[in-house]
Amino acid sequence: MRIGIVCPYSWAVPGGVQQHIRDLAEALIELGHNVSVIAPADDDQPLPHYVVPAGKAVPVPYNGSVARLVFGPLSANRVRRWVRDGAFDVLHVHEPAVPSLSLLACWVAAGPIVATVHTAMPRSRVLLAAQPVLRSALEKIDGRIAVSEAARTTLVEHLGGDAVLIPNGVATRRYRSADPYPGWPGPGGAIGFLGRMEEPRKGLAVLLKAFDTLAAERESLRLLVAGPGDADEQRSRLREPLRERAFFLGEVSEEEKVRVLHSVDVFCSPNTGGESFGIVTAEAMAAGVPIVASDIDAFRQVLRDGRAGELFAVGDPADLARVTARLLDDPARRAELSVAALAAVADYDWAVVAEAVVSVYETVVRGRATVGVAQ
Amino acid sequence: MTWTYLVLILLALVLWAVYISWRAGRLDRMHNRVEAARTSLDLALERRSSVAYELASSGLLDPATSLLLADAVRRAKEASPGERDLAESDLTRALHAAFGQPGFRKELEDKGGAELVAEVDAAARQVFIARKFYNDVAARTMIDRRRPLARVFRLAGNAPQPRFFEMDDTTPAGDETG
Repeated sequence: MRIGIVCPYSWAVPGGVQQHIRDLAEALIELGHNVSVIAPADDDQPLPHYVVPAGKAVPVPYNGSVARLVFGPLSANRVRRWVRDGAFDVLHVHEPAVPSLSLLACWVAAGPIVATVHTAMPRSRVLLAAQPVLRSALEKIDGRIAVSEAARTTLVEHLGGDAVLIPNGVATRRYRSADPYPGWPGPGGAIGFLGRMEEPRKGLAVLLKAFDTLAAERESLRLLVAGPGDADEQRSRLREPLRERAFFLGEVSEEEKVRVLHSVDVFCSPNTGGESFGIVTAEAMAAGVPIVASDIDAFRQVLRDGRAGELFAVGDPADLARVTARLLDDPARRAELSVAALAAVADYDWAVVAEAVVSVYETVVRGRATVGVAQ
Repeated sequence: MTWTYLVLILLALVLWAVYISWRAGRLDRMHNRVEAARTSLDLALERRSSVAYELASSGLLDPATSLLLADAVRRAKEASPGERDLAESDLTRALHAAFGQPGFRKELEDKGGAELVAEVDAAARQVFIARKFYNDVAARTMIDRRRPLARVFRLAGNAPQPRFFEMDDTTPAGDETG
């Protein structure tokens, strides 16, 4: 299938939508499809072979902050040319309600169009979407995909119609291997945590209490924490002698995140709620690190009811300490969980997600001509 | 002798009182002018908003530019008084971003939008001029209010202290008028 994907945000800037498109495009290519992505980017910027630059994004106030977007007649012409030359079977636009490349693509193209909505749309933007010029562009969309239930709900409630829910995939390969930090996990064992430190629902406080118990009887057990937040404040919650055994890395890059996962014996997801899928846990599974997670719906599901990772009572440091201690003392069980986690997370891999997206494409293109330029 | 002195002192007092009341009247007139200038600035801003909205919904623009302009107009209209300056500056920047696109003016004019372009330009220029006049009269009023006589006798009465209206009001072509 010839697939044209439109990215509304600068390719060079890190962001969830860009990452999603990159992973999806690569998974589709691997499945044997012919993929071209058009994205805001400088002409002289190094890009993957499947990305076509649409010109530099311009900073402009939008929706209460300054966004970098692409618009105007010249950009519209570039998209028009890309659509004409691409002769795509299907056009896949992302975030079509953002005033950027995706909206332009809907405007200039005719034929099978699929749109993915990533963020829940604020009401104000929905009101704006009632404008005739926008409506005529958005009406061309044949199939909608939402990456989260929240995004789907706003879409259904405000714009009518329905959307298929296809959550983000996990680029499992990216997590498979990495060099641990020198000296980690170390003979005394190490526990890892990733996430915003101050966010109570991420549950770092629960883990710190459990570490207090565990470290009392294990002299060289260490804790590795990565994520944005005030490290000193968190460290001060530990008893004085334990403070030098807790390492806080602050906010880390994607690459460093993988290293953290490979530097510990046990990864802990102590969230007390608020997770709809548990992407961090899934990423840890893809790294093959044994997991101890709180027994919330999202984790129970991704961890196969405890077969692909241990579960403990939500918000209970004593139970967390007990479960973790058992794992630290049992290398065989850890190896078993690692294998089970790798197998379980394969269901969430981009390859699987991409296939679900392809079936949306197939539904939309059936019996239709290829994508052309609107008259 | 004493009578002559008394008459002179009385005369001086009367003259002084007349002078103070003249000053009070002048300050009052200044405040009226501030108010008038503010009204004309508000009208200019409103006019700019409606012309920008007209352009956004004209169907002559690509939908992305349309949406950007419509969003900025809506924010400027809904802004609370404290955020008005920021929201209006954002509209200025949105207009800059739209008109700054290569080929924007030409394409619009080719499609028959020359009149709209001229209206946006004129409205933006009026905002620039109206704000200049408003800030000018506001500044002079503030100086007069700060004079010792005005302060001691509270000549300004209950009239609110004028404030400068600060915003980015450069015209869409990117260059400053005036």
